[in-house]
Amino acid sequence: MIPAAFDYYRAESAEEAIALVGQYGDEAKFLAGGHSLLPLMKLRLAQPGVLIDVGRIPDLAYIREDGEHIAIGALTRHRDLETSDVLAEHLPLLAHTALYVGDSQVRHRGTIGGSIAHSDPASDLPATTLALGASYVVQGPNGRREIGATDFFHGFLETAMEPDELLVEIRVPSRRGATWSFQKMRRRAQDWAIVGVSAWQNGTDNGVALVNMGSTPILASSVSSALAGGASPAEAAEFAAAEADPQGDLNASPEFRVHLAKVLVRRALEECAG
Amino acid sequence: MAGSILGNRVPRLEDPKFLTTGGVYVDDVVDPALDGALHVTYVRSTVAHGRILSVDTEAALEMPGVVAVYVNADLDIQPQASAFNPTLTRGLLADGKVRYVGEAVAVVLTERHDQGEDAAEAVIVDYDMLEVVVDPEEAVTSTTLLYENTGSNVCFDSTALGMPDVTGDEFFADCEVVVHGRFVNQRVAPCPMEVRGSAAAWVDGRLHQWISTQHAQGSRKVVAAANGIDEDKVRMITPDVGGGFGAKIGAYPEEALLGVLAKKVGRPVTWRETRSESMMALGHGRAQYQYISMGGSRDGKVTHYRLRVLQDCGAFGDMAMILAPFMTRPMSSAVYDIPNIECRTTSVLTNTTPVVAYRGAGRPEATAAAERAMDLFAAEIGMDPAEVRRKNLIAKFDQPHTTSIGQMYDVGDFEAALDKVLEAADYRALRSEQAARRASNDPVQIGIGVSVYVEITGAPNSGEFAKVTVNDDGTATVYTGTSPHGQGHWTSWAMLTNDQTGIPMDKISLVFGDTDLVPDGGGTMGSRSLQQGGAAVHMVAGELADRAKQLAARLLEADEADIVLDKDSGSFHVAGTPSVSKSWADLATAAKHDADLPDGLTHQNRIEGGMSTFPFGAHVAVVHVDTETGQATLVRHIACDDAGKVLNPMILEGQIHGGIGQGAAQALLEEVRFDNYGNPITSNLADYSMISAAELPSFEVIHMETPTFVNPLGAKGIGESGTIGSTPAVQSAVVDAVSHLGVRHIDMPCTPERIWNAINDAANKELS
Amino acid sequence: MKITVTVNGEARSADVEPRTLLVNFVRDELGLHGTNIGCDTSSCGACTLHLNGEAVKSCTVLAVQADGAQVTTIEGLGSEDALHPMQQAFVDCHGLQCGFCTPGMVMAATSLLDEIPNPTEDQVRSGLKGNLCRCTGYHNIVAAVLNCAGSNK
Repeated sequence: MIPAAFDYYRAESAEEAIALVGQYGDEAKFLAGGHSLLPLMKLRLAQPGVLIDVGRIPDLAYIREDGEHIAIGALTRHRDLETSDVLAEHLPLLAHTALYVGDSQVRHRGTIGGSIAHSDPASDLPATTLALGASYVVQGPNGRREIGATDFFHGFLETAMEPDELLVEIRVPSRRGATWSFQKMRRRAQDWAIVGVSAWQNGTDNGVALVNMGSTPILASSVSSALAGGASPAEAAEFAAAEADPQGDLNASPEFRVHLAKVLVRRALEECAG
Repeated sequence: MAGSILGNRVPRLEDPKFLTTGGVYVDDVVDPALDGALHVTYVRSTVAHGRILSVDTEAALEMPGVVAVYVNADLDIQPQASAFNPTLTRGLLADGKVRYVGEAVAVVLTERHDQGEDAAEAVIVDYDMLEVVVDPEEAVTSTTLLYENTGSNVCFDSTALGMPDVTGDEFFADCEVVVHGRFVNQRVAPCPMEVRGSAAAWVDGRLHQWISTQHAQGSRKVVAAANGIDEDKVRMITPDVGGGFGAKIGAYPEEALLGVLAKKVGRPVTWRETRSESMMALGHGRAQYQYISMGGSRDGKVTHYRLRVLQDCGAFGDMAMILAPFMTRPMSSAVYDIPNIECRTTSVLTNTTPVVAYRGAGRPEATAAAERAMDLFAAEIGMDPAEVRRKNLIAKFDQPHTTSIGQMYDVGDFEAALDKVLEAADYRALRSEQAARRASNDPVQIGIGVSVYVEITGAPNSGEFAKVTVNDDGTATVYTGTSPHGQGHWTSWAMLTNDQTGIPMDKISLVFGDTDLVPDGGGTMGSRSLQQGGAAVHMVAGELADRAKQLAARLLEADEADIVLDKDSGSFHVAGTPSVSKSWADLATAAKHDADLPDGLTHQNRIEGGMSTFPFGAHVAVVHVDTETGQATLVRHIACDDAGKVLNPMILEGQIHGGIGQGAAQALLEEVRFDNYGNPITSNLADYSMISAAELPSFEVIHMETPTFVNPLGAKGIGESGTIGSTPAVQSAVVDAVSHLGVRHIDMPCTPERIWNAINDAANKELS
Repeated sequence: MKITVTVNGEARSADVEPRTLLVNFVRDELGLHGTNIGCDTSSCGACTLHLNGEAVKSCTVLAVQADGAQVTTIEGLGSEDALHPMQQAFVDCHGLQCGFCTPGMVMAATSLLDEIPNPTEDQVRSGLKGNLCRCTGYHNIVAAVLNCAGSNK
């Protein structure tokens, strides 16, 4: 219930955060909204010796148009994604997905940066940003670099980020005018997805990604190609699990997950087709 | 003159406090006796079955704030025998052996709570792992024994009590149709929102213990025994309690040990478990395997029913052991007039958390078995499930009716309840909608589940204590042997007292759960409180009013027969001269000098025990099943529950609602699971699917009142009825939604994958 | 670490360990026991209070994260003599039984109505999915919230 003891530092800037994490190395973790990390720490599944609180770094919470992209500061809370007029216009799929994360108390604290950096394949926002063709800007001691979502998620709770890098921005191409759908199958409304599907379509452009169908969010590229090639939702959905590696757990066997993925992809694509 | 307050929707006296500063639960208690209390943290077994080779406390003892670390051998305690099977004994801290993951093995006492978590982690226990038996069906014949001296994991059997055994196939020889089933009434977790907690201090040679309990007087017994002292040396105090549901009856080892720890370390102690601990070590509920056969004729009349029950008790002989023979078996006839019933129950130990009473405690299981069996029978003969039930219901009775298994019910009108609920649900319209969806192959199908139930409340009925004292400012204090934890007894007993005395509700306070103030009490469980505790308050308040009349007569120099108690003004006058009156305050003041009232204006008594009562009802559940994903959603739930005369309809409805919530949760969502090594895998509220508002609809409650003769209030118990009626209705609805695809049964919880598998299995059977 | 949190309008300062949860700060340091702890996986919502005007689960916030912030607990919402309309609605609709989930439920519900002043029943149920109750079956809680929303109009 109570985390193991740790030292706590508050970073006033991204540079300071990076310097601190460089100083403390393996022992240190970043803390933003805390709603991915603190639950693990309270069960003592994670016991970092040092927490670097990046939650108050100014100018890391924003949603703005940046040319053809929407730039989202890593500290933007799920609640702010939900209510953003910019997202409503350009990326309604993202705003809508945010509604499904946890419950309203969680959404008042959790951040998109925290969710993506944590990289739990059962999280909704990593899959949705992946489907949307996002890239993530990380900052390290040597400056910033941008990592495409397809290169970012390496494994269960593992990303392409170096230990001394901080996720600062999520960049998503505007998908204005696209149709979209988010399908989340779960036991209870507050639960993680058993399987989720995030999809958008605009002519032959589309993006489809899966939640909880592997150790990372899964880009369903075979579905995408089929769809772009003129396949119907049902036809394209047959490829739902082509890139996936679904696990069995308390809530579903791998076979059931495959089945659900096909059903939910088909429904998502049907909703996109209107 | 205003009418009686009884039967009215009176808002609760309890509420303002709970809504503003909050309840004072055991973790909130501030008392000088507890100043400087040490925090108690238990070190719990991480293996399901093992011999304890060593417990290394060295590292823990070095840690900040650690005052002491103890194992069983360090404490002056005796093994605890099961109250229900004394051959089963266990150490209050594990003694040489652990039998379930979560069993307390050692205890750490620290200055602060968080230091306790740290230090408990540092205690290293070395186990010699033994074979684990988790499956109760395996445990029956397994040579892996939890208690080696007993020779078997079977810890109880109804035949050992002289109850007849089940026979063979010839039992069903005259039946045109016989259906068989194996049903799992799965293990669930009670999940009171407040986990367990307790605090203990030695005060002037006596043990004062605060405990989150449903029964202080019963807890005291267990605590006194554990501490090796007489009960009168123990004062149990019940603060506000955040739910119990049956799981907070008696006292657990963790609670029983606190006085021992406090004495040994010379300081008061306080303990509160975490939710994860609670999921593993607070008793679980249900956990029955049921093997049924039901036979009768094609016209729908059931003549023969066999129920064989296997009760999983977990790792100790706790209450579940006796629920099957004493609750499930007697109620096996349910609402049906079945001339031939056989029932045998076997209780078996497994390397899992001990199973205790949980809302319904053996009766939901009886109803669930009978209802599923009726559904199978209906499906086999192709008859509407509501009609099959109707054909077999015990006819209305206003004199006691005894079923063929030997249980006497007080009064009942099962068919009226069925009629009311079917009408309220518009059953015909629902069946039409179902037909339409089936015809159009709608991926979302609708299922309608009907249940009719009867249950036993106030069992045993050993009466109850009450005392009412009027203070000289005109306020009244009611002392009750019940132990509310959400049921609104303050409001309810105040209503009864007001009804008898005219003392206003807001001048009445309640005392409960303190064994120094109420040494005699039966607690709150088994839906006994209104019919026994309330009846006692009603009786005592009435008797007090009579004594007050006598005093008024003396003071007003009149005959007692001429004294009128004006309940609207709460005063006594001589008939014809209302202007000359004595208020309750006047009488209470005068009583101090009255020879007939040496203790002042107070009266106490016990209402005698007697018969239990039998609330009944009928529920209809409507579910949508998405046949592509398997997801089942409860969209409507209509409940008609008859618990006799209703005291406060608002409180009654609240009990029904809460029961339906838990009942639907069992049917659709909740299950405690272990892996093959006995490791709990649903041991927190994220993994255990405790139901939320988003999974439930609003409920439709139909009122019905058939008063009982058993007590002067005409009341039965409502606390568990909602759970008993709802679970089978919801399960039945899920099966009904896909019955046209050939599905006859789906075990609870009806998860999406189970529903999907059932659909596929039925389809495959079709093909083969 | 020294922190200052404005709780129910009053500035409160204390020296806390970094690992101190906001819920424990409120209960143990400040003696405000209305806010309860019901789980250890951020599932139950019994610890819900308002942080800078929004409902949060105080078991999943470190006290140090609340430094400089405004916190409102159930004690700050209303008093027995002057109940907040939501508290009154809970009384009128029998929205509580054992009371353990109630402070968190009320704080979540008031935040819900701040964000959705006129919710549908579905929105109320979805909005309270992070607040678990075992006693009421939620029926009267939902009724209370809708009742409060209705009386606010």
